[in-house]
Amino acid sequence: MAQLVYVYKQFERFWHWSQAVLILFLALTGFEVHGSIYLFGFEKAVIYHRYAAWLLLGLIVFSIFWHITTGEWRQYWPQLSKLQAQLRYYTYGMFKGEPHPTHKTLRNKLNPLQALTYLGFKLLMAPLLVSTGLLYMFHRSIDANDMVLISEIPLEWVAWLHTLGAYLLLMFVIIHVYMTTTGATPLANIEAMLTGYEELEEDKSE
Amino acid sequence: MKKIVLPIALVLVLFVMAVHLFHRPPMPNLTQLQLQQTYSVKPIASVDHTRFEELQKEFATPQEVTEACIACHNERHKEVMASNHWNWERISYVEGRGIERMGKQNVLNNFCIGTNSNQQSCARCHIGFGMSNNRFDFENARNVDCMVCHDHSEEYIKGASTAGYPDRSVNLSRVAQSVGRPGNINCGACHFYGGGGNNVKHGDLEDALLTADRSVDVHMAANGINMTCVDCHTAENHQMKGTLYSVSSTHVNRLSCEECHTTTPHNDRMLDVHTGRIACQTCHIPTFAKENPTKIAWRWSEAGQLKDGQPFSEVDSMGREIYLSIKGSFEWATHVEPEYYWFNGHATHYILGDKVDSIPLQVNRLLGSARDRESKIIPVKVHRGDQIYDPNTEMLIQPKLWSEAKGDSAFWQDLDWHAAAAAGMQEAGLPYSGEYSFIPTEMYWPVNHMVAPKGESLTCAECHTREGGRLAGLNDFYLPGRDKHAGIHVLGRLLLLGALLGVLVHALLRFVSALRNNKMKSENIQ
Repeated sequence: MAQLVYVYKQFERFWHWSQAVLILFLALTGFEVHGSIYLFGFEKAVIYHRYAAWLLLGLIVFSIFWHITTGEWRQYWPQLSKLQAQLRYYTYGMFKGEPHPTHKTLRNKLNPLQALTYLGFKLLMAPLLVSTGLLYMFHRSIDANDMVLISEIPLEWVAWLHTLGAYLLLMFVIIHVYMTTTGATPLANIEAMLTGYEELEEDKSE
Repeated sequence: MKKIVLPIALVLVLFVMAVHLFHRPPMPNLTQLQLQQTYSVKPIASVDHTRFEELQKEFATPQEVTEACIACHNERHKEVMASNHWNWERISYVEGRGIERMGKQNVLNNFCIGTNSNQQSCARCHIGFGMSNNRFDFENARNVDCMVCHDHSEEYIKGASTAGYPDRSVNLSRVAQSVGRPGNINCGACHFYGGGGNNVKHGDLEDALLTADRSVDVHMAANGINMTCVDCHTAENHQMKGTLYSVSSTHVNRLSCEECHTTTPHNDRMLDVHTGRIACQTCHIPTFAKENPTKIAWRWSEAGQLKDGQPFSEVDSMGREIYLSIKGSFEWATHVEPEYYWFNGHATHYILGDKVDSIPLQVNRLLGSARDRESKIIPVKVHRGDQIYDPNTEMLIQPKLWSEAKGDSAFWQDLDWHAAAAAGMQEAGLPYSGEYSFIPTEMYWPVNHMVAPKGESLTCAECHTREGGRLAGLNDFYLPGRDKHAGIHVLGRLLLLGALLGVLVHALLRFVSALRNNKMKSENIQ
């Protein structure tokens, strides 16, 4: 029996959408700073990029706190045993009209592939962008008397890695947005992330 | 209830954070206010020299004036005689050379080349009397010219080619009674007109500074803070602060904006962090030669042409001299955008007698690079031209240019390069093979004056831009907005393209299989 379940809590949805907006804004301003596009002008792009970066860092701090205190962090632990089945589903099963190999439940919101991807997002991509971003921000070749020096790390490398992170993140966004259409109906997942409610099969374990 | 409290608190916290980040209350720039106050009060002379009996007499020679000065200021002449203004050289340790005595005596420039054998004329800008050749007595205090720097009557003027003696018209008694703290025209008499005319050499020092408004120079503007040269170029015991690398070579006694303005003058952290590697002048002097033109090229190789057997001169439509038989051809420019170089405060020079080691030859080289922590990017006036050169000895030639009359081997009289080269090199004690040619030469003049009002300083995008920025020529470091690593974009585009393609193919497959499955379903039902 399917029933309407409150899957995404208020904070979770706020976090998700504000993070999405910030990331897209950071991509726009970031690629302007990089010289790839023209939108606000270099000066404003730099300032906006920094503000958005600080806001995102604040959000990340809150979300880490939320994940730890609610225990939700466990969601990202991928069930590797079911990974293959999930992969098979996306590359074969779904074309044959087979059902999802894993069941979405409150305790298990993410399928193994999702969990693994988001874990990669949180443990590799985000730290890469945050650390290189901070290095970029505090990369000062200022007077030894005045300020912290990180100039021993060439800015070129920092910029290279930060740009790489940006491309990876954009790639993630493309695939992520596409994958939302693989729910019960094409818009079911997005609706769930907006309202919090989603129709789920009854969780037998509860 | 709880469900609402937490998000509201969160939104509020984020809102407060955002306000804190975005809102910038206008802050008074206290350092600048303090400076404005300091320099609003102009110094007042502590004595009135007109009332000294020692000065109320006719002076037969300028040396008598100097004696009168020394009679009271009885140690000052020693300070003067220890100065660069007097010695025309300084002793410094130059990397790769060791201890070197360098200055106008032995360093060449890209304009009238050098002082050797031309002292009679060049000494117009020496603070002494009677430097007519290279045997001037630097120990004779009577020959110190106090008046040229301290005259307030605007009466004093050095003769055109009188070895540093004043013009005969000068009323020495009036000058002696007028003396005081050097004014702008005292410095400008030499520093504005070097190279044979106003603004010829520096490009950022010219007589427009005597009546400047703020758009020309915020410091010296008559309708601004109205500062004088010596407000910044202070002197301790007659040793002026400040060095110019046309003749100086070491990071000693250098004057910098930061001494007054500090390294964090902007009230803006983003701008302040630039000061570590970018000199103030780079952004704040977007152009020089704002009023009158400066020479940016001088080709000696074209000198000596005659028209109807006579030397001649040519001016362009703006009235600027572009050819002179005795000097060659010139190029002038106004509102010049400087070129930019790394500079660590040290320079090397071509010294008379050196072998030429590069063509074009840099008569002075500004040292520094992005890797050198002490280097900053500075604006530079680069003056390009050519000079006479001995292809056999591989030395630049110091020609004898000036003489009172024809037949004395001086190029400006006889237009004979051979004779001028032979006479000049002989005077300098250097060999001349008898053969000459011309090689391109460059000279580097750091630009320090004519600071623009802050609204006219460079904007971010004038450097941080993909192409055609001010720093387009300075490629030994990564500049955000200008530089990109080719590889990352290929990689990045492949990633994005791969993702898009993958998604499209997947969607297509889903669509096709959905159609097929529907068909099968409907067939089953039937």
